[in-house]
Amino acid sequence: MAILSAENLKKTYMAGETRVEALRGVTLEIPEGEVVVMLGPSGSGKSTFLNIIGGLDQASEGHVYFHEQDLARMSSHQLTLYRREHVGFVFQAYNLVPSLTAWENVSLVTEIARHPMSPDEALAAVGLQHRTRHFPSQLSGGEQQRVAIARAIAKKPEILLCDEPTGALDSETGIVVLKALLDVNKRVAATCVIITHNSAVARLADRVIHFVDGQVSRVEQNTNKITPDEIEW
Amino acid sequence: MIGALNLKLLRDCRHIKTQIVAIMLVMAAGIAVFIIMFSVLDSLQLTKRTYYDRYQFADIFAALTRAPETLANRIEEIEGVAVVETRVVFGAILQMDSMPEPVSGRIISLPDQREPRLNQLYLRQGRFVYPYETDAVLVNESFYKAHRLALGDKLSFVINGFKRELRIVGVVLSPEYVYSIAPGALMPDDKRYGVFWMSRRSLEAAVNMQGAFNDVALKLSRHARPEQVMHALDSLLKPYGGLVAYERKEQLSNFFVENELKQLRVFGMLAPMIFLTVAAFLVNVVMSRQIATQREQIGMFKAVGYTDREIAFLYLKMVLLISVLGALSGILLGTWMGTGMIEMYARFFHFPILQYSFSYKVMVFGVFICSASAILGTLHAVRQAASLPPAEAMRPASPVRYRETWFSRSFVYHRLDFLSRIIARQLERRPVRALLSSLGVSFSMSILIFSFFMQDSMDYMLDVQYDMTQREDLNLSFTEAKSLQALEQIRLLPGVLKAEPIRQVPVIIKAGHLEKRTALTGLIENPDLFRVIDKHLQPVRMPPKGLIMNQRLAEKLNIVTGDVLSIEVLEGKRQSLQIPVSGLTQEFIGMGVYMDIYELSKLLDETPRMNMASIMLDQNYAASTYKRLRQIPAVQGLNIVPVLRQIFEDLMAENMLRMAAINILFASFISFGVIYNTARIALSERGRELANLRVLGLTRKEVAYLLFGELGVITLLSLPLGMLLGYGLSYGLMVSMDTELYSMPVYIDRSTYGISTLIVLASAAVSFFLVWRKVDALDLVSAQKGVE
Repeated sequence: MAILSAENLKKTYMAGETRVEALRGVTLEIPEGEVVVMLGPSGSGKSTFLNIIGGLDQASEGHVYFHEQDLARMSSHQLTLYRREHVGFVFQAYNLVPSLTAWENVSLVTEIARHPMSPDEALAAVGLQHRTRHFPSQLSGGEQQRVAIARAIAKKPEILLCDEPTGALDSETGIVVLKALLDVNKRVAATCVIITHNSAVARLADRVIHFVDGQVSRVEQNTNKITPDEIEW
Repeated sequence: MIGALNLKLLRDCRHIKTQIVAIMLVMAAGIAVFIIMFSVLDSLQLTKRTYYDRYQFADIFAALTRAPETLANRIEEIEGVAVVETRVVFGAILQMDSMPEPVSGRIISLPDQREPRLNQLYLRQGRFVYPYETDAVLVNESFYKAHRLALGDKLSFVINGFKRELRIVGVVLSPEYVYSIAPGALMPDDKRYGVFWMSRRSLEAAVNMQGAFNDVALKLSRHARPEQVMHALDSLLKPYGGLVAYERKEQLSNFFVENELKQLRVFGMLAPMIFLTVAAFLVNVVMSRQIATQREQIGMFKAVGYTDREIAFLYLKMVLLISVLGALSGILLGTWMGTGMIEMYARFFHFPILQYSFSYKVMVFGVFICSASAILGTLHAVRQAASLPPAEAMRPASPVRYRETWFSRSFVYHRLDFLSRIIARQLERRPVRALLSSLGVSFSMSILIFSFFMQDSMDYMLDVQYDMTQREDLNLSFTEAKSLQALEQIRLLPGVLKAEPIRQVPVIIKAGHLEKRTALTGLIENPDLFRVIDKHLQPVRMPPKGLIMNQRLAEKLNIVTGDVLSIEVLEGKRQSLQIPVSGLTQEFIGMGVYMDIYELSKLLDETPRMNMASIMLDQNYAASTYKRLRQIPAVQGLNIVPVLRQIFEDLMAENMLRMAAINILFASFISFGVIYNTARIALSERGRELANLRVLGLTRKEVAYLLFGELGVITLLSLPLGMLLGYGLSYGLMVSMDTELYSMPVYIDRSTYGISTLIVLASAAVSFFLVWRKVDALDLVSAQKGVE
C-alpha cells in the first residue's frame, strides 16, 4: 500500500525574472515501509518533490496524498502539524542549532512530538550516547549528521525524508552515516526517501526513482539490495 | 524544564551580550528619566495636593489699599464664596546682624481669636502666636535656617515705615510660600527674603490699620465659577484700591510649583521617547541580523513542525528579555537618581514632608512602554522570520544584487580610490539603515546640545538682563509714590553715583476680549540704569507720547505697533487711558509696558512721582549706603541686583552641572549603543568578505578602513543632523516653558556644539576600539569556510 502518492504534480516558481518549471507532472507512488532513493542531476526536481511530500512547499498543480489526506489542500498550519507528527527530515547541511548540545538539539523535536523516544535513546540509536553534551562545533561532520538523524527519528516518524544526507561527507563517514540512518530506520519502521547524486547509494534501496527535467524518467525495483557495509563510492 | 528553544534563546543572548548591553543602556537611560520625572512628578503632586487641602490653601487672592473689616461680610455674600479670610499684609525691611545690606520681607497678620480659616500654617518648631501678643513673630523655615536663627531671637523690622522689634516664637511653613521668592525675583534667596506672621491686632496697631484690611483670600464652594466670583470681588474692592483678584494658578508660589510640574511632565515624556525610539531602532537592527543569520535554523524549526507563532514568539521573547532587563536597570537607576532629585526639590519647595514616593504604577508603565516600543521596533523582522517559507529558509539567502547606480557612474565615484568605492557602495546599498543609524547618533548629539544649551541660554539671558537692562546696583521701592524731588536726597547719599526714578503702576491692558494685568512703568526719556532694549539689544528711548510694550505681551494680546491700547489704572484715580503703542521691547523676564515718566504722571493727573529708584553705587561705600538707606522709613524693599544675578547663577550652575552630568552619561549611552551595534552588524554581515580581502592581501589597516569608513561617514553625517535636531529640541522646550514671568531665548554657544561633537566622537572611538579587537581576531581560515 502506498503511504504517499503523487498525481500529476507540477511546480513552477520565479527565480528572479525567469520562470522555472521544477516539476512537470509527476505521478508516483511510494509504498509504505520501503527505502526509496531518488536519483537525478541538479535541477531535475527531486528536492522540490521532496519538499512538497514533506509539507515544506506547496505544489502549483496536482495532488499529493499522505494515506488519504491531500497535502495540496492543507493550510500552512495543517502542513505544520503534518510535519510535526509524521515527517522526519535529514538535511545535507545538518541544520543543527549551534548554540544547543546534541541532546538539546534532539529535544527540540521530542518536546513537541506526540510519542517521541527520549533524546538519550535516539542518540544511543545512532551511536552517540557518549557525545550528548557536545555542541555541534565540537562534533565532526559525520557526528553532526548522526545527531540530525537522531533528531529526525526521535519523534518516530512515519516518513523519513533525507536530502543528500551524505553530500557534505567523505565516503567513509558517508557510509557510517548511511548505516546509522538505515539501522535506526529499521527500529522506527519509517518509509524512507533519500535524495542523492550518487548512484552507488541506490543499491541500498528497495526502489529507485530517476528524475530528469522535472519528470520521473524511470522507476526501478531493486531485487538485490545490499547493506551499507557493502557499498563502494 | 526550561526547554531547548529557551536554552537557545539564552545562549544566543549570551553570544551577543555586548550588543544587548549597549541596547539595555539606552533603554535604561530612557526608563530612568521616565521614572525620575514621573516619580518626582507624582511625589510633588501628591504632596502638593495633600498640603493645599489640609492647610486650606485659598482659591482666590486679592490685594487692596485699605477697606473696613465690615466689607468682609459683603464679600462672604458673593455667590460661590465658601470662606473669606481678610488680612493685613505689608512689605518689611529687616536688618540682620550677619549682613551689611537690608533684607526684605513680607509680614502677614494672623487672626487673634481663632485659627486662620485659609492658608493655615504648619508649625515646625516653637509655638504659634498668642492672641494679641504684641512682640511675637513666626518665621518661615527657609529664612530661619538660612540665618541659623534660634527661637527667642529678636528681629528688627521696619514695617510700612514703622519700626518694630519682634521675637521669634515659632518656625512655620505655609502653602502660600512653598516656593518663597521676593516679588520681582526669579530665584529664591532665603537670606535676603523672609516671610513673617504676627498677631492681627498688633500688626494693625503697628501700621495704623485698625479695623481694616488690605488683603483678602477666598475659598470657593464646590460649584462656584471663579470668573464670576473674581468679577464680583473686583467690583466690591474697587473703591478701596483693589488690585484685581487673581486665581490660585497666578499665585506666585503655586505658579512656580505648577510650572515645575509642567516641565517635569514635558521632559518626562520627551526624553524617554527619544531614548526608547533609539532603543527600538537598535533592537530592530540586532534582531533583523539575528534572524538573517538564523535563516537555516528557522527553516529547520519549521521543517520539524514548529508553528509560525512559536517561532515568532521565540524572537519576541528575546526582545522581551532585552527590554525587561533594560527597563529593570532603568528602574534601579531611576529610583536611585530620583532620590537625589527629590532632595534637590526639597531645597526649593518647602513642604512639611516631601518624600520620594516609589510608584509601582510608574514602574509597571515604564516596563510596558519599554517592551512595547522594542516589540514595535522588531515586529517587522519577527513577522518576516515567521513567514519565511520553510523550504526557502533552508537555502542560504541569495546574494544581493548590485546594479550600477547614478552614484557609481558619477564623477565623484570615479575619483575615489578602490577601498572608498567599496564603502560608498555599501552605504548606497542600505541608505535607509545608514540614515537611521546617523539619526540615532544625532539623537545623542541633540541631547548633548540640549543639555548644554540651557546653560548657554541662561547665561545669555542673564547677560542681557543684567548687562543691558537692569544695570543698576541697587533697586529701591518705597512704601508710597514720592515726588521726584526725593531723588535728590538719594543722590546726596555717600556712594550713590547715579540715581534714576521709576514710577510703576498696576494696570489692566485690554485688547478686544483679551486682557492682562501688568505693570505700567514710567522711565526717564533716556535711562542709563534700568533700560528697555529692542530686539537688536539697542536701548530704546521713551517716546514723548505712546508706550513701549513687551513683545511677548503684544503677541499674546494680538497687538502691533501703532495700535491704541485701552489701559485701566488700578490705583489712585483709576483712570481709563487710551495710549498708542510706539514700539516693542525684547525682554526675557516679565511682561512689562513702559512710557515716559513725565507723560505718565500727566496721564495719571499727578505731579511727577516715583515709587522706585535705580541706583548705581560706589562699591567702597556700599555698606554705609545700606546703613543709611535702612534708616529711611519710606524704603519698603531693596534689591541688590548683582546679588540677584549671583544667586541665579549659583543655583543654575549647581543644578545644571548635575543635570549635564546625567545627560552626558545618557547621551553617550545612545551614541555608543548605535555606533557599537552598527559596527557589530557590519562586521557580522561582512566578516567573511573582510576575511577574504585579508586573504587576498589587504592589510589590517585597509580592512579597518573598509569597516570603519562606513561608520565614520555615518558618525560624521550625524553631527550636523544632531545640531539641527538639538536646536529644534531646545526651541521646542523653550516654547513649552514660555511663561508670563520669563521666556528663555534659544541661544546655543559655539562651544556647546564643539563639546557635544567631541563627546559623540569619543563614544564612537570607544565603539570602534571594541569592534576593532574583533576584526583583529578574524580567523582567516574559518571565515573562508563560512562559519559565522
